[in-house]
Amino acid sequence: MALSKETVKYVADLSRIELEPEELETLSKQLEGVLAFIGKLNELDISDISPTSHILPVNNVLREDTAQRSLTPDKSLANAPQPCGNFFEVPKVIE
Amino acid sequence: MELFKLTASALLDKLSRKETTPEEIFKDLSQRIADTDNKVKAYVRLDQTKDRRPETIDYSLPSIVSKPLAGIPVSIKDNICTEGLNTECCSKILSGFNPPYDATVIKKLKESGAVIFPAKTNMDEFAFGSSTENSQFGPTHNPWDLDRVPGGSSGGSAAAIGADEAILALGSDTGGSIRQPAAFCGVVGLKPTYGRVSRFGLIAFASSLDQIGPLTKDVRDSALLMNVISGHDPMDSTSVDIPVPDYTKSLVNDIKGIKIGIPKEYFVEGMNPEVKTIVEEAINKLRSLGAGHKPVSLAHTDYAVPVYYILATAEASSNLARFDGVQYGLRAKTSKLIDMYKKTRGEGFGQEAKRRILLGTFALSHGYYDAYYLRALKVRTLIKQDFDRIFKDFDCIVTPTSPTPAFKIGEKSDDPLSMYLSDIYTISANLAGIPAISITCGYTKAGLPVGLQILAKPFAEETIFRVAHTYERNTEWHKVKPKL
Repeated sequence: MALSKETVKYVADLSRIELEPEELETLSKQLEGVLAFIGKLNELDISDISPTSHILPVNNVLREDTAQRSLTPDKSLANAPQPCGNFFEVPKVIE
Repeated sequence: MELFKLTASALLDKLSRKETTPEEIFKDLSQRIADTDNKVKAYVRLDQTKDRRPETIDYSLPSIVSKPLAGIPVSIKDNICTEGLNTECCSKILSGFNPPYDATVIKKLKESGAVIFPAKTNMDEFAFGSSTENSQFGPTHNPWDLDRVPGGSSGGSAAAIGADEAILALGSDTGGSIRQPAAFCGVVGLKPTYGRVSRFGLIAFASSLDQIGPLTKDVRDSALLMNVISGHDPMDSTSVDIPVPDYTKSLVNDIKGIKIGIPKEYFVEGMNPEVKTIVEEAINKLRSLGAGHKPVSLAHTDYAVPVYYILATAEASSNLARFDGVQYGLRAKTSKLIDMYKKTRGEGFGQEAKRRILLGTFALSHGYYDAYYLRALKVRTLIKQDFDRIFKDFDCIVTPTSPTPAFKIGEKSDDPLSMYLSDIYTISANLAGIPAISITCGYTKAGLPVGLQILAKPFAEETIFRVAHTYERNTEWHKVKPKL
């Protein structure tokens, strides 16, 4: 299917990725090509097929609701670009 | 002593007879890397290896008996978390990330006495790629021809093993990222059954497809490493609680009566004629060793690549949402939060990463979910059913690993689709969750390795090891080394 630059810009916003104009141009063309190729899947009749979400019959894996060891604040903040006490500081969220 | 040329199994033998020490092995390997890696570039951030030495191991202690890899260095792909050793997925967005915990496979390796080599191996950023050209540190070079790619995304690990710059290595495989570089670099690469090896600590690409697996010089070393890294993990709820057999017991020299299926869809018009001939010779060799083979059909083969590029990119778009400048890695300087996300990700992700995140986000977005994502999930069922049907009557399936030998650096980097199509033989195994190995079965006239892929049903790694080891015992391909 044709992928307009507007659609790609919209998807980039959903993905929270800022694209340069040249990138937008190149990526739009490339993604259009990939999507055209993916359109091959429309050849198949899938009306009676159920989707495979889990490749193994393993799901709803639970454990006892007991507190277990987790990362200390020090370890959690060790890679923080802007630590502030026991917090990750970020630019203002609320205007 | 050129210890770096030996297999782990040979080194373990020397260690047990006190003919060498872990320190000597480490030193010898480090020297090999210092001499060779400027050409191959299998490792990244080598400057961080200074002042790191393996712990001294006392071989007189009874506890050594329970340490199956004591003293053996293992090289780790840059997407597996190693506490205290930077793990960056070869991406700008994770620059400087030093994990606060070890992946479960790392924990298991340490418990087995193995030495985690203190530099990580190169990879395509976030495992997005089939050539290791998408690394922020530049490409790795194929040890058999330095102008060619080592394959990807575990190209660093495969090239290190191929160049004797590693004794054992770990990679990850989502669509072929262990097997294809193994084929390109003339080494053994196994993708275990989905759920066989814990993914805890593997920085996720596609959670329903990823598996960590061994890259080694021979099949025996692969079995040794699988014994250590396999097993249920409460930290990975997709890991399976099935006992781990001793895979070394499958290393027999006997495939009499083994039934092999050869899928006709994998031998098509236009495939590289040398690959075709070499793989057909390998199949004949297996027959001469007592295995039977028949043609079979994997009818949905042509749909595997499109299915993969919807499902894997959709899962990737979700898994990579966490890289946003908040808790770790790169953070762009901005005054608004949303700009921080957009600029950080705009600056921090390479082109392939952006391509895949956009594709995945699109496939999951309102209005397109049914046509793309849901449809792909249904076709995945059809692909899995193709394999289930064949494994009722056959013990394994044999195919080429890759349609071509290693291509030149830069040859496919302008055409993403052409790069994607090079995964055509490996992708189905991830979609079906089945185990698969690549072993060397010959060399082209230009001296490039060709890989043979052996697939089996879920949790049948023992069958794979039996067939692969028998083939290796009766051929010499794995003993050939590149001239470096």
